[in-house]
Amino acid sequence: MTEQTKAGRFREVVLVHLDAAYNLARWLSRSDTDAEDIVQDACLRALRSFDGFRGDSARPWLLAIVRNATYDWLRQNRKGAQEEPYDEEFHGGLDTVSFAAADTPGPEAKLERAELRRQIDDALARLPVAFREVVVLRDIEDLSYREIADVAQIPIGTVMSRLARGRRLLMTYLAQSKSGVRDGA
Amino acid sequence: MEHEEARELLTAHVDGELRGREALDVARHVEGCAECAVESASLVALRRTVESTATRFRAPAALEHRVRAAVAPSSPGEAAASSAATRWRRLAAASAFATVVAVAWGIGLVLERPSANDLLAEEIVSSHVRSLLSYRTVDVASSDQHTVKPWFSGKVDYSPPVHDLTADGFPLEGGRVDYVDHRPVAALVYRRNQHTVNLYVLPALAGSEEAAPVAVSRQGFHLLRWVHRGMTYWAISDVEWPDLTLFRAALLARE
Repeated sequence: MTEQTKAGRFREVVLVHLDAAYNLARWLSRSDTDAEDIVQDACLRALRSFDGFRGDSARPWLLAIVRNATYDWLRQNRKGAQEEPYDEEFHGGLDTVSFAAADTPGPEAKLERAELRRQIDDALARLPVAFREVVVLRDIEDLSYREIADVAQIPIGTVMSRLARGRRLLMTYLAQSKSGVRDGA
Repeated sequence: MEHEEARELLTAHVDGELRGREALDVARHVEGCAECAVESASLVALRRTVESTATRFRAPAALEHRVRAAVAPSSPGEAAASSAATRWRRLAAASAFATVVAVAWGIGLVLERPSANDLLAEEIVSSHVRSLLSYRTVDVASSDQHTVKPWFSGKVDYSPPVHDLTADGFPLEGGRVDYVDHRPVAALVYRRNQHTVNLYVLPALAGSEEAAPVAVSRQGFHLLRWVHRGMTYWAISDVEWPDLTLFRAALLARE
C-alpha cells in the first residue's frame, strides 16, 4: 500500500468509529480535553499498525488501541492515580438527587429523565476503571463478551465476573444516590 | 445447578452470552428460584437503563479535523513515525521517477507534497469512479468541440476550453457536469484505447501562476494536475503515466 492509499483506506475503515473511540477514551479518562489528546494519539498508533490489521471488525481493533493509549496516558499524566480517587468536583450535586416524582408527566418528566441520566452517568463514572470499561464496552458500545475480552486483553471469564461485579456496584451507587447516602460523604 | 453457581452466571445469562447446557441450566434454576428471578429482573432493568440513558459521548468536530490532518500522508505525525530509511527510499524512488519522466517527455515534474489539493484529489477520484460506474459517463455525447463547449454555458459559470484530440489518439467522447470542490465543475471525457480519461477543468484561484504538472496516484488511478491560462486541470485515468503526460502535451499544443 502506498502512503496515500493507506491513508485513504484508513479513513474509510477506521475513522467511521471515531465517536466510539472518543466515547471510550472519554469514559475512561473522564475528561473532555484528555480524551481528545488520547484519541488523536490512538489514531496515529492505529495508522502505524494499520498494515497489520486484517479482518473486518475495525471497531474492537480500534477500541483496543484507544484503551491502551488511555492507560498509557493516565500513567504518564496522573502518576499514582491508577486507583482513581473519587472526584468530588466531577460528581458534585449527587446528594440532592431524588426519584420522588418519577411518574410526574409533562415537562417535569423530561427533567426527571435528565436527572436519571445524571445519576447513571455519575454512578458509571464512580466505578473503578476496570469495571467501568467492561460496562461501557458492553452497555454503551454493545460489544460481545468475546470482543470485550479482545479489547481489554482479559479472558472471557474475567469479562463475565467484572461485568457482574460492576453491575452490582452500579446498583449500590444508584441506591445510594436515591437515598442521598454515599460512602465518604 | 447450585444456587451460588447460577448466581455467578446471571449477568452472562441476561446478556444472552451463555451457550448450550450452561444456558439451559441457568434458565431452569432462575425459573425455580425467587431470589435469582428478582436479581435477573433488576439486572435486565439496569442494563436497559444504562443502554438507553448513559451518555454516549460524540467526538467533537475539531477532534475529527485534527485526526484527519494527523493521518494525512506525510503529515508531521506520520513523517515522525516513518524511519529515516523509509524516507530516503521514498525520496530516491521519487527523484528516480521524476528524472525518468522528465527525460522521456521533456517536461518538468514535481512530486506533490500533501496539501489542500489532497482533498480535491480524493474528490476527483470519487467523481471519476462514479462516472465509470454509472450508466452514462457523459451528459452530452459528441466528439465535436463546437457542440460540447457551448453545452457548458449556463451549467458552469465559466467557459472551459474544449479540444478534440482524436488525431493524437485521445478521441473526445463528450462532457459532463460534476459537483466537485463545492461547485459544479466541467468534466471532459476522452478515450484512450479501452480506457477513459476524465479531464476536470475549473478556474484557478485568483493570482495562480502557471504551474508545472503535479503527479499523484490514488487507488490505482493516475492524476496529473496543472494550471494553464487561469484554469486548473485535473486529468485522471488508469492509463499508464506516459499516456497521461502525452495527453497533456497534446492538449497544450492546441491552446
